[in-house]
Amino acid sequence: MDDALFYIFAAITLTGAVLTITRRNPVHCALALIFSLLGVAGLFLLQAAEFLFAAQILLYVGGVMVLFLFTIMLLHLEDAVKLRRYSRQWPVAVAALGAVLLELCVFIQTGVAGLPPRPAERMNLTGNTERIGDALFRQFSLPFEAASLLLLVAIVGAVWTAKKKDEVAE
Amino acid sequence: MSLAPVGTGHYLVLSAALLAIGCAGLLLRRNVIVILMSIELMLNAVNINLVAFSGHWRHVTGQVFAIFVITVAVAEAAVGLGILIALFRNRGTVLADEIDLLKW
Repeated sequence: MDDALFYIFAAITLTGAVLTITRRNPVHCALALIFSLLGVAGLFLLQAAEFLFAAQILLYVGGVMVLFLFTIMLLHLEDAVKLRRYSRQWPVAVAALGAVLLELCVFIQTGVAGLPPRPAERMNLTGNTERIGDALFRQFSLPFEAASLLLLVAIVGAVWTAKKKDEVAE
Repeated sequence: MSLAPVGTGHYLVLSAALLAIGCAGLLLRRNVIVILMSIELMLNAVNINLVAFSGHWRHVTGQVFAIFVITVAVAEAAVGLGILIALFRNRGTVLADEIDLLKW
């Protein structure tokens, strides 16, 4: 059952990803990307990462993709839709991509063979969210605070860059 | 058709495939919005990897790292789209190969 679900979610993820990079209209790309991200959320659920499943749907599907769709609709992209989709330097891009793929294949082939087996399930585990919260606020409290600072800087930076420049002078 | 039972290796292969698709979109597309979407795809590939290893070792650190990756991805998307709006206002285009002010 889990194996079948893995293949279903993997198919959703990869199909959505391929549609994202091949569709002509950016709105279609964004909708395909939403499907792909939902597939990834399903994979998180299969790995018993329930908190990340919720965060993926809330943040990516609910937040980032709405931001993308708003931006697409704010900009007038009708002209860009009619033009060439792919860059003129595609032979270089395909060569670089082939090199990356080859490297990944070699690493996975050598790495998976040497991967030790899963350790035995530990008893009396608490829930996934409790364990993540525990790790986040004890072991990783400094990176957590740094992440909140990063988000603050990103908010201010995004507002400032997207603002009209004559509003700054006023 | 018989398939091997799904293990960590399957997740790694899936993540590598997703990373390659994202990389292809990043390198091949001209529309900057689609390029930003490809970056999101690549970050998700990394997250699949982190969560797969977190499940493999039965250790929660990988999932905490995935949370930080999501945080950085959200910040990157917000700033990237802000820059994109400023760029469109100034240059009137969102095509990556027409934005060549720094090219010599």
